[in-house]
Amino acid sequence: MNAQAALIDQPDGGDSATQLGHVVTGELDLSHGVALYLEDITVSFDGFKALNNLTLAINAGELRCIIGPNGAGKTTMMDVITGKTRPDSGKAFFGQTIDLTRLTEPEIAHVGIGRKFQKPTIFEQHTAFENLELAMKTDKRVWKSLMAWLTGDDRDRIADTLKLIRLDGEADRPAGLLSHGQKQWLEIGMLLMQEPKLLLLDEPVAGMTDDETMRTAELFVSLAGKHSLVVVEHDMAFVEKLGGLVTVLHEGSVLAEGDLATVQNDQRVIEVYLGR
Amino acid sequence: MKKILLTFLLCAAGFGAAAAPDPALVRQLAAEDNSDKITAIQQLAQTADPEATRILQAMADDSLFLAGDKVFIFDGETARDALSGETAEMPDDAESVTVNNRLRGELANALAALKLFDPDSAVRLAAARELQSNVGAEMAEILGRAKAQESDAQIKALLSLAHAQATLQDADPAVRLAAVRALAETASPAVKSLLLPLTDKATEADDGVRNAAIIALKEIERRLAWGETLAAIFSGLSLGSILLLAALGLAITYGVMGIINMAHGELLMVGAYTAYVMQSLFRNYLPEWIDWYLPAAIPVAFFTAAAVGVLMERTVIRWLYGRTLETLLATWGLSLVLIQAARVIFGAQNVEVSNPSWMSGGVELLPNLILPWNRVIIIGFALFVLFLVWVLMNRTRLGMFVRAVTQNRPMAGCVGVLTARIDTMAFALGAGIAGLGGVALSQISNVGPDMGQGYIVDSFMVVVVGGVGQLAGAVWAALGLGIFSKLLEGWAGAVIAKIAILVAIIIFIQKRPQGIFALKGRFADQ
Amino acid sequence: MSATSSVLSLPASGRVPLTLRVFAALDRKAWIALGIFLALALIVVPVLNLAVPPESAFHVSAYAITLIGKIMCYALVAVAMDLIWGYGGILSLGHGLFFALGGYAFGMYLMRQIGRDGSYQSDLPDFMVFLDWKELPWFWLGSDSFGWAAFLVLAVPAVVAFVFGYFAFRSRIKGVYFSIITQALTYAAMLLFFRNETGFGGNNGFTDFKRVLDVPITAPETRLVLFALTAIALAATLVFSAWLVRSKFGRVLTAIRDAESRVMFIGYNPLWYKLTIWVISAVLCGIAGALYVPQVGIINPSEMSPANSIEIAIWVAVGGRGTLIGPVIGAFTVNLAKSWFTVSFPEYWLFFLGLLFIVVTLLLPQGLVGLWKKLISKKQGAQA
Repeated sequence: MNAQAALIDQPDGGDSATQLGHVVTGELDLSHGVALYLEDITVSFDGFKALNNLTLAINAGELRCIIGPNGAGKTTMMDVITGKTRPDSGKAFFGQTIDLTRLTEPEIAHVGIGRKFQKPTIFEQHTAFENLELAMKTDKRVWKSLMAWLTGDDRDRIADTLKLIRLDGEADRPAGLLSHGQKQWLEIGMLLMQEPKLLLLDEPVAGMTDDETMRTAELFVSLAGKHSLVVVEHDMAFVEKLGGLVTVLHEGSVLAEGDLATVQNDQRVIEVYLGR
Repeated sequence: MKKILLTFLLCAAGFGAAAAPDPALVRQLAAEDNSDKITAIQQLAQTADPEATRILQAMADDSLFLAGDKVFIFDGETARDALSGETAEMPDDAESVTVNNRLRGELANALAALKLFDPDSAVRLAAARELQSNVGAEMAEILGRAKAQESDAQIKALLSLAHAQATLQDADPAVRLAAVRALAETASPAVKSLLLPLTDKATEADDGVRNAAIIALKEIERRLAWGETLAAIFSGLSLGSILLLAALGLAITYGVMGIINMAHGELLMVGAYTAYVMQSLFRNYLPEWIDWYLPAAIPVAFFTAAAVGVLMERTVIRWLYGRTLETLLATWGLSLVLIQAARVIFGAQNVEVSNPSWMSGGVELLPNLILPWNRVIIIGFALFVLFLVWVLMNRTRLGMFVRAVTQNRPMAGCVGVLTARIDTMAFALGAGIAGLGGVALSQISNVGPDMGQGYIVDSFMVVVVGGVGQLAGAVWAALGLGIFSKLLEGWAGAVIAKIAILVAIIIFIQKRPQGIFALKGRFADQ
Repeated sequence: MSATSSVLSLPASGRVPLTLRVFAALDRKAWIALGIFLALALIVVPVLNLAVPPESAFHVSAYAITLIGKIMCYALVAVAMDLIWGYGGILSLGHGLFFALGGYAFGMYLMRQIGRDGSYQSDLPDFMVFLDWKELPWFWLGSDSFGWAAFLVLAVPAVVAFVFGYFAFRSRIKGVYFSIITQALTYAAMLLFFRNETGFGGNNGFTDFKRVLDVPITAPETRLVLFALTAIALAATLVFSAWLVRSKFGRVLTAIRDAESRVMFIGYNPLWYKLTIWVISAVLCGIAGALYVPQVGIINPSEMSPANSIEIAIWVAVGGRGTLIGPVIGAFTVNLAKSWFTVSFPEYWLFFLGLLFIVVTLLLPQGLVGLWKKLISKKQGAQA
């Protein structure tokens, strides 16, 4: 854990929203068409290099799939982008100006990066409605939360999202009682409520039925363009359905990049997946 | 051992006596006035006569009696005439010669001075050692004589120091100067206070002596400072070894199950009471083996505490798996029950656990640095337990399983480790080690129902600073915390030291949330 | 916890005045219960104490008033503890510290109110004369003013809680780490207050109070006023807490309790949420301590002992955490049991308390309130 670096950079550990304009290196600037840019990122755990000089660029509005065998560094890469893990070296920029390695998790969420975990992480004690309410893009400081009151527009937005993720019938049920697939959808719904510019999705269709998987694919494709999406997935049918570029990670760095057919025929990729 | 030899020698000296001491002096020993008694003691001491030794020893033993103008030695069975040493009838109205503390001091010195002329060098050495403090000017002459005829270098050196002390108040500045110079070589707090008056113009007129005294004081203080720092480090090591014994078990259970057993301190108490029970059993049934009760208590304490631990794990802790905060409360409840049980069984008062004879006393490294054997042995014991735990964790299957569960419980479960069984075993092991810690604790602190209460926070701090599941971390943290707090205590007091340590730990956690030796990786903070 | 249901009676959208939202935080039944409680404490008890002769079976004795008043202070602490533990998921084993700080802050004022009526007839408190101090230490400045004392009652626990909480939460200390460190904190504070040189009366603390606001402190009327004030403080705390936990803030708080990293990744900074509830909880404890001291007549460092703080947790657990009425029920149940046990079977009290810790955590994780709810739903299930 290299958390102290971040703490020293921001000794006041400041409330994200108040200082966005000051501490953060700048407003989100997608003018050059690059949404996310990782350069030479290295993360090591006790000598084991989880990421090894990883360089990756995601364009604005792009839908990118990341595949790779277990231990390839996919989750660690997401940890770096969302501020959970600090890289030992390397750069991570969101747009042209925002240095992700200098921000805390909530600050990164604020500048417009949303993340869905591998294991669905929702608030099981809260209702589906409340889950979306909490995720909704708004001022998330303490005082505002104390005084917060949902407007009609807010309610409409939540209702729309509930409909989109097909949970409109379950709005007032505690989320812990939903099925696994429904929980996955709820988490995607929460992500949408955040209105992020970049969505990171770690195995979003695990535990879904084929029907649900295909619907998810359609949803993601429809989101691309307005948003940038990075999807980590093992399900090749799903990846195929998404289209777009595929990046193969192996031992912490990029092994191959291209459309699915190209990488599937790449000799090195075949070796990695089938073993030598 | 030494004592027996001494008494034997004394008896031998007493009966082979030739010249008799001055009867008037012996009579004066029983005088009304204490100053008269002291004069008599001092004059008898000058005689270097074995007979005088016998009489003074009798006086020190409260067996000197006075009837009319005759002085008797009465040892409870037979009475002897003090002068002749022959058996005599003692009148019923004979009164014991009273000896107060001041007289006892004089007697001790006088007896020691007489022993300076003993043919046995061991006796002389012991006597010279005894004469290293509270030596008055009246001893100057006899010490001078003893020094002159002493052949053994070690004894001679001691005698010179004693002689120097006795001549510090001499009228002749040259003698005083020599005395001061001799004392500059020492490093004892007592000498320091003797030299202090000589640095003051009001009490010491001679410039040469005064300057020498000032230099001598500085020398001594420098040497004492060393001793004090070393003493603080030693008591820090001692505290650290106790912390280590307390924290090792906690580190294992916290590492494996992620729970803090608030009744861990009470397992120490169980161990300490086991030592007490073993001591009582030995006293009653094997009194001749009493010195062996402690080694016998070690395995018994381990298994008793382990049994209590297993009981706790099986009945309470197991059912709270994953609810760590509730486990804190439930184990606190267990600790209350254990404390009250100890009160009901053994009484609310502290019980007395004494050191076996081989653990009493200590080794003197510097005049102000004595390492008590019990603490030295406990440090060694802690290292021994540490070694056993290390072997257990790194060289056995159980240890491998324990480490596996510590690092990744679900994965360990997947590869066929029976995690529930490992939990119980680890808990028993941790409890057993706490029991051993309790035995060690019984040798240096009070044994009572509340004795364990203070240890939970301290041992947890060791676990926090050392890092979870890290044996090496726990060792460094325990010894470091022990030494650090003892050094701090030296110049800030115990309370401030305690608070400073807490603040230091909170700051430490800011910098290294995972402890000194952090486990890293994706699962490290889950 | 389910918040939307109680909100539905209000306009579903638009701007709703804060007073109305506070009003909506409790349902009808709860408001009625609160009203009955206040009527009992402010009217019925005083009448039964003052107007009914002591021989009567309906007479409420001074002992009972002090006992109930004391337990109401504990109940307030329990509610404060529930906010941080039941809703925030943070178990503090050092809340006794904040309680004692509030008590000491107000105790300083009470000590100054003794004036020259102490044993040494000095302007200084007796213990200072005893220590041969010639003047008040700087931190006693202004302690003769009620207003300053009241300010300190709020400010001292708040500042201590803020500073400690800021560093602890910032470095993401949580779970048992946090609990043990809070225990160490109160333990260290206890050692500090035990020292005579600290300037708060050492072992003996503050006692032998004579007056409060120049009124004799042991007069029956004073006692009843203190009793009533405690009841009002408890009721106000319940309403305030109900509003707090039903606000969006409360929902974020429970979300942090259940999945902290998720909360961070949707853009909330848990540090400030935890710190806010932590400081609020500490301040409530301080208020309780300040109400406790004049009623019980003594404050000493043993209030900061770790055992005292951990007992607070068991009140909450017995009543049922994550509900606001639970801690009140728990505080009353445990403390009434304690006063009965310590009189009738003093040697069994610790066994009982110890077993209570074990049994409640093992068998009654939702406490008495949870048990009650279960019984009700079973009954309804049987009828249906």
